[in-house]
Amino acid sequence: MEIYLDNSATTRVRNEIINDIVMVITENYGNPSSLHHKGFKAEKILNYSREMIARLLKCSPEEIYFTSGGTESNNLAIRGYLKANRRKGNHIITTAIEHPSVSNTFLDLKKDGYNVDILPVNPMGYVNIDDIKRIITEETALISIMMVNNEIGTIEPIKEISAIAKEKGVALHVDAVQGFGKLDFDVKEYGIDMLSLSGHKIYGLKGSGALYVGRDIKIAPILTGGGQERDIRSGTENMPGIIALGKAAELLFGKIDENARFMYELKKKLVDELKELDGWSINGPGLNEAAPHILNISFSGIRGEVLVHSLEEYGIYVSTGSACSSKHHSESPVLKALGLKPNAIQGAIRISFSIFNTEEEVVKAAEAIKKIVPELRKYTRR
Amino acid sequence: MDKLFMVSYGEMALKGANKKYFEDILARNIKSKIRNCKIEKLSGKFLLNINTDLLDQDIINTLREIFGISRIARVFKTDLNLESIKNKTKEILNSLEFKSFKVEAKRPNKKFPYTSPEINKIIGEYILQNIDGIKVDVHNPDLIINVEVRDMAYIYTHFEKGAGGLPYGTSGKAVSLLSGGIDSPVSSWMMMKRGIEIIPVHFYSFPFTSERSKQKVLDITNVLSKYSYNGMKLYVVFFTDIQKAIYDNCPDSYIITIMRRMMMRIASKIVKKEKALGIITGENVGQVASQTLESIFVTNSLADFPVYRPVIGMDKQDIIKVSKEIGTYEISIRPYEDCCTVFVPKHPVTKPNYEKVIEIEYGLEIEKLIEESLSRTEIIYVK
Repeated sequence: MEIYLDNSATTRVRNEIINDIVMVITENYGNPSSLHHKGFKAEKILNYSREMIARLLKCSPEEIYFTSGGTESNNLAIRGYLKANRRKGNHIITTAIEHPSVSNTFLDLKKDGYNVDILPVNPMGYVNIDDIKRIITEETALISIMMVNNEIGTIEPIKEISAIAKEKGVALHVDAVQGFGKLDFDVKEYGIDMLSLSGHKIYGLKGSGALYVGRDIKIAPILTGGGQERDIRSGTENMPGIIALGKAAELLFGKIDENARFMYELKKKLVDELKELDGWSINGPGLNEAAPHILNISFSGIRGEVLVHSLEEYGIYVSTGSACSSKHHSESPVLKALGLKPNAIQGAIRISFSIFNTEEEVVKAAEAIKKIVPELRKYTRR
Repeated sequence: MDKLFMVSYGEMALKGANKKYFEDILARNIKSKIRNCKIEKLSGKFLLNINTDLLDQDIINTLREIFGISRIARVFKTDLNLESIKNKTKEILNSLEFKSFKVEAKRPNKKFPYTSPEINKIIGEYILQNIDGIKVDVHNPDLIINVEVRDMAYIYTHFEKGAGGLPYGTSGKAVSLLSGGIDSPVSSWMMMKRGIEIIPVHFYSFPFTSERSKQKVLDITNVLSKYSYNGMKLYVVFFTDIQKAIYDNCPDSYIITIMRRMMMRIASKIVKKEKALGIITGENVGQVASQTLESIFVTNSLADFPVYRPVIGMDKQDIIKVSKEIGTYEISIRPYEDCCTVFVPKHPVTKPNYEKVIEIEYGLEIEKLIEESLSRTEIIYVK
């Protein structure tokens, strides 16, 4: 039996979508740019998916641009915005717990001469609004912050941040790869200027994603080519990925709160089941405040990756931020930013849920953890 | 199409009465790597007639992975008369660029009426007359035109160095401990080069290491098997319970020493089972704190067979150089280690005491642990 609890890494494609993907590669395989009927059919599929994403974000389809996924969306938003708005200033702001596709983009821009501020977070993973108020200047062009942290599930106060950004005329990019389809929000009401999302985190295909760009925001392309996606993202459209993304978004519409409750209950069940075990604690904002699908736990006296591999033997898949190695220190920068001690970082695993998981699976996973952890605790480096 | 290659074997030619044995195994090894290959044995050389669509260079690259071959040349054959030799030579030279040349004829077939110096002169003059802008240079020519007079005339202008050594499988069998690091693939390869058939053994301690560390060893074995005959048999020994037992029963500083001794014991068992005659390790004096003569003494003393350590005196940089040449380096540096840090004590003993080791091992059910570990060992055929 297989119990997949690594849904923040990627999800299984929904069965309801598979036929649509097959149709796009066997029958409606046209290129949306072609003049003829086959191209026209493909363009309709493209537009359908665009509408489904827009409906979930509560924006207009013209504000959605398809990309190859979260990494490209983040790069396109940050680099594309700065490229198109050189006069807005030289100062850009992000946080210490971003995904590498944002943090490394910022580091790269720093080399290009941008003045980069990286906001610290508190032990729960939240940025401090006052920090933003303090460092934002006339020179600030862009703030990039994630909606939901992928490792610990912290939900950042996007609305408050956007209020500050609006006041100062600073653009706000939100990496919502872990938030899209998991949290119900209105992109306009939140005041978000650009928002990244990915297909394979919401039961779609890998290699697909999109960027929302508000109507008033100008961005420049970072790829040059045939001018697809209204000159913002050249390259023949990834139709299987796009139809899967559209269908996945359609299937989530109206279900987000229900799904969130479902995943939260699973998470709560797991935590309850683990209560008999001692020496563990939840990292990040805790059971109730974190995103419903993410749970990060440190177990004292063990190494997270050894627990990951031990759970594998039970067919249970979870993840960790560090790797077993004496030479290569690869501690999670996110857990480090929370101020966790090295032992707590090494002993951390992430369990992330999907709508496919069941209570039975969660109970089994908890049982396995309760069995494995005391055994592993016997073996620590001496 | 048919392509001819001449391969020379260096050291093997010296093997006297055993020469035929070495030749037969070399021929077997070549045939296993190259399809549709007919082999004619000449003195000190093989003439390969290969029916193939492959490029010359691809065939040469494959031949360069076969131990026992010292030189490889693409050759052309023609009828045994001067006119044919002249025409063929000119045809070959048409596609080559050179300013100076010399002809080097050999005449194993003494029935041919011209001597080697005569052939040199006749062919050399013909080339000078028929190709513009070139000259003869007997000391430092751009091109040497080799003409070998046998049943037919064989002509070649270039040769490449082969791998050298002795044909794989001519020098017996040995078990080789393969960790996944840089040294052990090199030590395996060096022994393979001496004609020794290798049985790689890896000690696997999942879940304390990952599937990727096993894949690393599989990939390394795959690279080594290119230099073998008919692939290799890899033992992946289940070592987790032994690691745990050592951890539970031994003082921290001796964990590594006892672990190495257990590895030696298991390797000895596999040597017996495989009817092999030795154990190869990648040990290298002083590279890590625990690789001392004292350590080697206490691990060596219980192996029932000779232990070969071909890289023992090499500098790390030289080992790395070889591993890059044979193609295992990039695999070895993948960040998945074969031993979890949990089982690496902070202060391993550098000079283990033999009496103390024996005393510590009283607390271990050695035979039982070894039997269990071997019963859960996976054997993988890599080809």
